[in-house]
Amino acid sequence: MTITTDARAVRDRSTGPAIEAEHLVKRFGDMTAVDDVSFSVPQGTVLGLLGPNGAGKTTTVRMMTTLSRPTSGSARVAGHDVAREPELVRRSMGLTGQAATVDELLTGRENLRMMGSLYGLPGGEVRRLSAELLERFSLTDAGNKVVKDYSGGMRRRLDLAVSLIATPPVLFLDEPTTGLDPRSRVELWDVLRGLVRDGTTLLLTTQYLEEADQLADRIVVIDHGRIIAQGTPLELKDQSGKAAIVLTVSHADQLEAARALLAAHVPEVHVDVAARQLTAPADGLSDMTRVATVFERSEIVLDDLGLQRPSLDDVFLSLTGHRAEPPAGDSAETPTEPSTQTEEQR
Amino acid sequence: MTDSAVQEATRVAHVEPHDFQPPGFVRQVTTMVWRSLKHIKRQPEMLTDVTIQPVMFVLLFAFVFGGSIVIPGFNYREWLMPGIMAQTMAFSAFIVAIGLNMDLGKGIIDRFRSLPISRGSVLVGRSIYSIIHSSIGIFVMSLTGLAIGWRIHNGIGKALLAFALLLLFGFAMIWVGILVGSSMRSPEAVNGLMFTTIFPITFLANTFAPTVGMASWLRTIAEWNPISSLVQAMRELWGNGPAALPDAALPLHYPVLTTVIWSVAITAVVSPLAVRAFIRRTTD
Repeated sequence: MTITTDARAVRDRSTGPAIEAEHLVKRFGDMTAVDDVSFSVPQGTVLGLLGPNGAGKTTTVRMMTTLSRPTSGSARVAGHDVAREPELVRRSMGLTGQAATVDELLTGRENLRMMGSLYGLPGGEVRRLSAELLERFSLTDAGNKVVKDYSGGMRRRLDLAVSLIATPPVLFLDEPTTGLDPRSRVELWDVLRGLVRDGTTLLLTTQYLEEADQLADRIVVIDHGRIIAQGTPLELKDQSGKAAIVLTVSHADQLEAARALLAAHVPEVHVDVAARQLTAPADGLSDMTRVATVFERSEIVLDDLGLQRPSLDDVFLSLTGHRAEPPAGDSAETPTEPSTQTEEQR
Repeated sequence: MTDSAVQEATRVAHVEPHDFQPPGFVRQVTTMVWRSLKHIKRQPEMLTDVTIQPVMFVLLFAFVFGGSIVIPGFNYREWLMPGIMAQTMAFSAFIVAIGLNMDLGKGIIDRFRSLPISRGSVLVGRSIYSIIHSSIGIFVMSLTGLAIGWRIHNGIGKALLAFALLLLFGFAMIWVGILVGSSMRSPEAVNGLMFTTIFPITFLANTFAPTVGMASWLRTIAEWNPISSLVQAMRELWGNGPAALPDAALPLHYPVLTTVIWSVAITAVVSPLAVRAFIRRTTD
């Protein structure tokens, strides 16, 4: 038996990336669902796989989690090749799929017990971990209730708890907050942040730009199966290069003087009289500092002065030429940006 | 070592997976069976197909048709019991097909496939469960039968042999269920297919009425039906019916042997197809 070797192989992870994809391709007949996708996720960090419905996010996750065989390319999870060592990959990761992957006819506790037992954990350990996870996900009271009677948010939390029963170092979450109300979504984010603090590596897919912005260290933007951009949220925002200086004057009668002063230093200025707000395109922080100095020396009193970076939504629009459409009935995902306001008021 | 390197080391140590070995196949399967048994606890109405339905059949046939079907030298009610039991066992295919198909249509199959377990445990678990499920039915029917006058006449050995044949046949039918459950796209489709095939097949036999009265071509089909061999074997072993008539088809003259042959043959032909369909369904 190679049991001991196996156990060591699972633990023996170098300090290399926790998740790696190299030129992953998946074709279904004539349709290419995933087209040459490569990325790498360092241990203890979060990668957000961002894209609209049908972009190839789920297919990518299915290949990474051994559920689907890549047409070509390779992937490694915790150092193990998904095609050659699927068994070791499965022991190193947890998956929370898009469709609820818990058993509706079992209670929350029974679901945890079933999964713990299928991971081969000893009975006592399963009981202890189940209680701990139910507590952590605020499901202790619901632990003995049948999942059919759970709310959407509770189901999602249980789904995640079940994925964590064997304490996997790598966690894949396919659209973890789709269909959740805003409060449950924020709660789930907190839980995910906690996991990352404890060292778990996370790959999450999302259609929500805000979610990627909130959670991810790095974002891979995918559209029609191809990676169209990747980087930190900040880099992606810089990439679209539409930062703006937004300036609010305290007194309406100083608005015209402020406009004149600003216009002397930047190429164009948009005025929003009602909001006493001026907006000007800026290249970055240096423009902003320059404007700040100019106004400090003037008589004009300001309420607020800031650099407005474009939202990820703007980034997506500039990359793909179309907006990342939030699912029906779920709007107001991205905060409204002053820059778009001025566009309208020009 | 720098502070950050130390931090890195402790952090990685913290997320090491538990020292566990993937469970053995037996534990995988018992967990799957446990899950299915919990489902019964939550939805006891799942058992109506092996409780209320066969009991109803026993009572309907015994009292509605019982008066007009005469089996020389035997009581129709006793003669009927092996037929209904065989029919219930044939429906094992139904149970495994529906259960498997429902699992395959849900996210839970992805969850199972993402675990360090054998895909086969889902199949074997479902199969064992369906045998348990059908056995509950056999038990309930035996009690009903005893209540209306059914008896076993030929001693414990032959009685157990009959039950063993019943289980063997059930096992063959499970493969049919796995094939259908893995191939169909929805539980409704499974239901439709099973009702238009297995259901009539269990009637086109010696289950509820003697084959003697059938048109000769139909009689030939009925007597070659595997169900007929099983039913004939049980009737002879339990002493519930006469030996096959001299002009009956060959299988009915050696019912025990043909039941074994049929069960092995069905398993041999269907099981590779079933496993292939299941693997295809769970691979993409």
